Amino acid sequence: MSVSKAKKPMTLESILPKIVLAPTTAVMLVCMYGFMIWTGALSFTKSRMLPQWDFVGFDQYAKLFSNPRWDVALNNLVVFGVLFIAVSLLLGLFLAILLDQKIRLEGTLRTVYLYPMAVSFVVTGTAWKWILNPGLGLEKLVRDLGFENFEFRWLVEQDMAIYTIVIAAVWQSSGFVMAMFLAGLRGVDDSLIKAAEIDGASKMKAYWYVILPILRPVFFSAIVILSHIAIKSFDLVQALTGGGPGYASDLPANFMYTYAFNRAQMGVGASSAMIMLMGVLAIIVPYLYSELRGGKNGR
Amino acid sequence: MIKRTLAACVAAATLSTAAQAADVEVLHYWTSGGEAKSVAYLKEKLTEAGVGWKDFAVAGGGGENAMTVLKSRAVSGNPPTAAQIKGPSIQEWGELGFLSDIDSVAQANNWDALLPGVVSEVMKHDGKYVAAPVNVHRVNWLWANPEIFQKSGATIPTTWDDFLVQAKKIQDAGYIALAHGGQAWQDATVFEAVVLGVGGPEYYQKAFVELDADALNSSTTEEVFRVFGEIRGLVDENSPGRDWNVATSMVINGEAAMQIMGDWAKGEFTVAGKTPGVDYACVAAPGTSGSFTFNVDSFAFFAQSDADAQQAQQEMAKQILGQDFQKVFNLNKGSIPARLGMARDEFDSCAHASMDAFVSSAQTGGLVPSFAHGMAVPEAVSGAIYDTATNFFNSDQTAAEGKSQLIASIQSAM
Repeated sequence: MSVSKAKKPMTLESILPKIVLAPTTAVMLVCMYGFMIWTGALSFTKSRMLPQWDFVGFDQYAKLFSNPRWDVALNNLVVFGVLFIAVSLLLGLFLAILLDQKIRLEGTLRTVYLYPMAVSFVVTGTAWKWILNPGLGLEKLVRDLGFENFEFRWLVEQDMAIYTIVIAAVWQSSGFVMAMFLAGLRGVDDSLIKAAEIDGASKMKAYWYVILPILRPVFFSAIVILSHIAIKSFDLVQALTGGGPGYASDLPANFMYTYAFNRAQMGVGASSAMIMLMGVLAIIVPYLYSELRGGKNGR
Repeated sequence: MIKRTLAACVAAATLSTAAQAADVEVLHYWTSGGEAKSVAYLKEKLTEAGVGWKDFAVAGGGGENAMTVLKSRAVSGNPPTAAQIKGPSIQEWGELGFLSDIDSVAQANNWDALLPGVVSEVMKHDGKYVAAPVNVHRVNWLWANPEIFQKSGATIPTTWDDFLVQAKKIQDAGYIALAHGGQAWQDATVFEAVVLGVGGPEYYQKAFVELDADALNSSTTEEVFRVFGEIRGLVDENSPGRDWNVATSMVINGEAAMQIMGDWAKGEFTVAGKTPGVDYACVAAPGTSGSFTFNVDSFAFFAQSDADAQQAQQEMAKQILGQDFQKVFNLNKGSIPARLGMARDEFDSCAHASMDAFVSSAQTGGLVPSFAHGMAVPEAVSGAIYDTATNFFNSDQTAAEGKSQLIASIQSAM
């Protein structure tokens, strides 16, 4: 920091980086923050089909929170977010630990688990839609095998449909979490584990008391990545359930799209987008804060 | 160097707009087989008349994607010549000042006499024509498989109470009573048929078109929800998310006895090589034989600054209401012509029934706009009705709960 404070003559060398970065910065300022502010402003207007600048205060927010569909979407986000993040983390960690046991074919297995990440959520959603459809997929298969009373019809049940989205999302993302943990595990110093072994710790204990604490930053990054996937989830719901049955598996992003673009209720849509933004900020800001502070301490 | 390139760009841009001057650019979402064929015929007619056609198709059955594109084009000051917009949305666009008046064409071709009053009303903004109708769909149809009815000893129902009785018989015989796709708009389509059948056209008009609070709060609404709730048990368990044409094929294949769907379902029967009146029956949805819920597709015309473009626009408006186009388009699409007094011998018996009902219901007041297909109320309100209908149909809410949710969600959307 002190270097830049010292007065230096403007040379090409000192301004070139700024010139090169300027377009990107400008684009980001306009396209990210500009539109955020614009959406924020829209959420205080009575805009319907197109933007209209008659300000109505918090009316749209009041409307939003009196809407039963928004309630459903928010509850779903909590259910989906918590389960998706927790299950993906546990499963990813478990797989990573198993793969870390210096087994044969590790490369192949790793690729197999990582592959779902390469598939788009639309494909994942469509495939799982077929698998989970009671008349077409799993239920029919098991029944055809002779188990006449087998039932697995979450996809068509109003109070269970949101869990099918969890299943598909976990399938997609846990391989990625596994890769993150695997990288973390590889970074753990072998001598620490050896030391723990010499001290008589079992493998379980070594992982629990020695290795997992070292992986703390990995947990952190994984949670941040997974939580923003959870909040912006849209395509998966569209492809898998279409928000149905009824609107039982709607997430806030689906709600926002429907209201802003299909229903000519741009004000309500914009206010729901702002609430989503608050949600993201609530996660990102503490994370950034702790990261930046950590940086200062010279971590 | 840069200057020269810029100049070349500008020149190219002017050239290309000059070349497009006598073209029409048409935004539509008719992309499936029969629909695309119908649109291609309009293109043909216009080419004959010396007007070029710039196709601007945006896929997505309900037209949501097309509307999103249209909004961004209109806001950026570059709207297409015409766009497939229908119902009260035409008024909303007119209100915003985007539409151009084609009244001179309408007067010259006497549209007021050719179109039924309810249809021409939708096409006008401030008393002037701003849109042209291409077809009329009847939504309140019941499609039935007569073979299943025979085998299960049931008769085709004419009231909703009878419907529930006959459906039980069909179920007892081991068939699915009602083929249904659990998507919000299909739930709303069935709901609409129940509203009309149970409440009658007068109630329908008051409650679901004028959104009269007393009518919505009446005991009729509760009765509507009671019947609608009974239907939950008549569809198979795999219905959520199913597309409408898959449901239609269940009737065609003899898995299900009935489907409630607009007359676009006829296209599926035709493709499967079935004959109306023999292999399948088309009758009015229970309790709605004297009524007609209409769904009119139309092109709304956007204001153009260029004189040549305006000329081309007028020509397009004229062609759309032409006998030729109305006939071919509707034969392809399964609907009936929007204009009255056309030769009808090439249409099939279902279309004849539809035409008769169209004319007769216009006189008795049974001709009502379809709220499930965006003809009756603004998008925001029809969305609220969709939400209520689909949520009710997929849950175990009581009729009273359905009614109060309906009233609450309509109020919050207004």
